[in-house]
This record gives sequence, C-alpha cells and structure tokens, in this order.
Amino acid sequence: METTKKIKGGDIRAASRLIRNLEDRIPEAKTTIKHLFPFTGKAHVIGITGSPGAGKSTLTDGLIDCFRKKGKTVGVLAVDPTSPFTGGAILGDRIRMQRHAEDPGVFVRSLATRGALGGLAKAVGDAIHVMDVLGKDIIIVETVGTGQQEVDIINHSHTVLVVLVPGMGDEIQAIKAGILEIADVFVVNKADREGSSKLSRELMAMLDMAPPSAFQGGWRPSIMKVENAFEPASFGKALDDITTKIEEHYQHLVDKDLIGSRMRRKAIVELNEAIRASILEPVLLKLLGSGEMEGLIVKVMKKEIDPYTVAEDIAKRYLEGCL
Amino acid sequence: MAERKLRVMVAKPGLDGHDRGARVLARCFRDAGYEVIYTGCHQTPEQIVSAVVQEDVDLLGLSCLSGAHRYLYPAVTKLLKDKGVDDVTVIGGGIIPEQDFQAMYDAGLKAIFVPGTTLETIVTWINTNVKPRA
Repeated sequence: METTKKIKGGDIRAASRLIRNLEDRIPEAKTTIKHLFPFTGKAHVIGITGSPGAGKSTLTDGLIDCFRKKGKTVGVLAVDPTSPFTGGAILGDRIRMQRHAEDPGVFVRSLATRGALGGLAKAVGDAIHVMDVLGKDIIIVETVGTGQQEVDIINHSHTVLVVLVPGMGDEIQAIKAGILEIADVFVVNKADREGSSKLSRELMAMLDMAPPSAFQGGWRPSIMKVENAFEPASFGKALDDITTKIEEHYQHLVDKDLIGSRMRRKAIVELNEAIRASILEPVLLKLLGSGEMEGLIVKVMKKEIDPYTVAEDIAKRYLEGCL
Repeated sequence: MAERKLRVMVAKPGLDGHDRGARVLARCFRDAGYEVIYTGCHQTPEQIVSAVVQEDVDLLGLSCLSGAHRYLYPAVTKLLKDKGVDDVTVIGGGIIPEQDFQAMYDAGLKAIFVPGTTLETIVTWINTNVKPRA
C-alpha cells in the first residue's frame, strides 16, 4: 500500500524499484500491481518498432522533445535483447535520450527481453501500468530491433509506429504478413539515402491493395519521411509532423470509439499471461523441486515416452476438474 | 519464479570522449550475465544520478580519463547521497594516480581500477562484493 501511494504521488524511485521487482518477479510486486491496476488506463501508449539500427531510439528522443514542448509528461520503456548464452544484456537505447535525464517530466527505463520472443520484455505490460499510475501522459514503448514477426507491441499500444529504412528488400517484402500490418504510422527514416522514394512507393502500393477492413475505423496508415537526424531544422520539422499525426491517430480512436477494441487485445493478453503464470509455474516448480522433471527429461531423451503423454498425465493429475 | 539479476550502469562523466574502455567493460559485463546500461559520453553528475535512480541499478561504474576524477567522482557520490540513494555501489576507473586513491575512497567509492587491470579481476571483484538487492 505504501508503494502504491508513493507511485500515485509521482515517486520515480519507488516506480523504478517496482518495475525492477516486476522484472525479477518478486512476489510482493504482484501484490502492488494489483493495487495499482484500478488506476491505470489514462496514458496514450505509443509503440515504436522497426529493424535494428533503423533509428527507433533517435526518433524516440525527438518525440520526447516534441511532447514536452506541448506540456505533456513522458515515460519511455526501451527494450533491448538479452543474450541467450549468458543472460546478460547491453541496454543501449538510453544513450540517445540522455539529454532528457534531468527533466523531471521524463522517465526513461531500459528493460531486457529475458527470453521473451515477441519483441518486448515480459514485464512491459506491467511497467506500462506503473508509468501510467505515475501520471505520465505519454508512454513510448520502444521494442527491440525487430524482423518480420515480432508484433506483440500491438497488444500494448494505442498507436504503433513502424520505422523503416531504404534497402530492406524487394516488393515481395511489402506483401508479407507480420510487422507491416500493425502500423498506424509508417516512418521512412534516413530518407536522404538512396531508395527511399522506392520504399515509400512500395508502401503506398501495399496500402492501396489492402482491403478496407484492414483500416480500423477508416484510418489509412500515413507514410512519414524523415531525413538526416543531423540536420536539426528539417529533422525537427519532420518530428513535429509525426507528433501531430500520432495525436490525430489517438483522436481518431476516440472519435470512432476504438480505444476499447485496442485495449481488449491488452486485456486478453494480460489474462492469458496471468492464467498461464499462476497455473503452469506452480506445477513446474513442484516437478523441478521433487526431481521428477529430471527423470522425465531423461525418459523423453531416450524416447521411452513422448512429451505429449507426459503433459497429459501431469494435466490429469493437477487439473482434474477441467479435463 | 523470482530471479534477481544484477543491473549495472557504466557512466562517463565530464568532457571526455575516450569511451573505448567503457564500451569494452560494458561488453564484458554483458558476458558476465549482468544487465548493463551505458550512458554514453559527456554526462553531468546530475544526468548520471538521475539515470541511476530511473534504472534502479545495483552498481555504478564511473570512467574518466581526463584527469578530472577528483572533482567528478565525489560530485556523483555526493549527489547520490543528497538524493538518499544509499544502496548503490560506486566504483571508478581511468587514469587515476595512486596518491588520489584515498580521496576516492573517502568520497565513497568502493574500488578503483586503473589501466592494466584485467577484466577478470573486475568481474571477480563485483561478483564477490556486489549482490543484487534482496
């Protein structure tokens, strides 16, 4: 309860400690998030995704600036990958945003994926809640550098920006399923480089061919060009335009009564995650603790039994009523 | 299933653009299994302390090769103290003459690593002396 009060009062230290505890899955943190949950849902959550080096962090830095000028407070959750071998991680997104470190209206927090596959960290959903209760008007979630398939960001944001750079491949790439389908705004970054007009044209052709049902409430994703980030005048102008477009998109969701359908996805994901955690984890812990797991691993390796039968037996044992 | 992970910040205070060493260390810490936040160069003590609070790290490693460590390192530890951050271990590295060591320890640094130190020495020191918070 003490932590809840502190976070509602805007205490950054309590908030960052809580996010840490959520990442580390400390049981008390779960109790706190239960208390915080009723106060969530006020912030505009913006997802930024795109391939490694596309310029997500630099754009985020620029967007922080634009929203601050409009008097909005900003929280940033920046996700970077965890090493599959050592479990370590370099969380380097922050470097691009350090100029905001002393601004009390900006809270930047880095998270490692810790094995999550969808381009985010497991704790991102809860971390968004924490920043929301902390009172941030805008929450920017920057995914890891993504490829084609990491689309979890759509489950957590109102507005998704997909950042692309010239030279990503031919027309076939533009008709594939996955990341290109989740954009509300496309950013063609580094547009001073060769191939940017071709990229914009391909995106436009892709959108022209999309069925009307692909555009939620009639919103056709915009394609915004951003040139060299080292040219402050044109870069600043491009970011102002993107900020306006993001706000237009949120207004669109409000006008067409679509916030609910976006947040429905989030509710489904959160429920699935929570149910999985509270059913699967205790069972796994028990199997590991009793040493039974080790025996099963060896049996499966020797092909004495298949994993499906094992799983069914275990399910029978623990989930009597459901089967 | 709770699992604590060590979170470490590598920071470069002051007007000093020589960050090869800091980046090598960041990489080495990653390979040691820590989550590493690197601030980049040219940070004020205020920026560093603010980042420490926002990232909730267990360890702060300062790197300075410009000779300004006698001013910058104590400035960081003092700010941490002023903000009531008393559970972050601070260590320092760089071109630090031996006669300055005591002043650094007095300022609250727990260890000093100078050129020639092996990465293994630093990681072993951290694993022995810094535990992720309970």
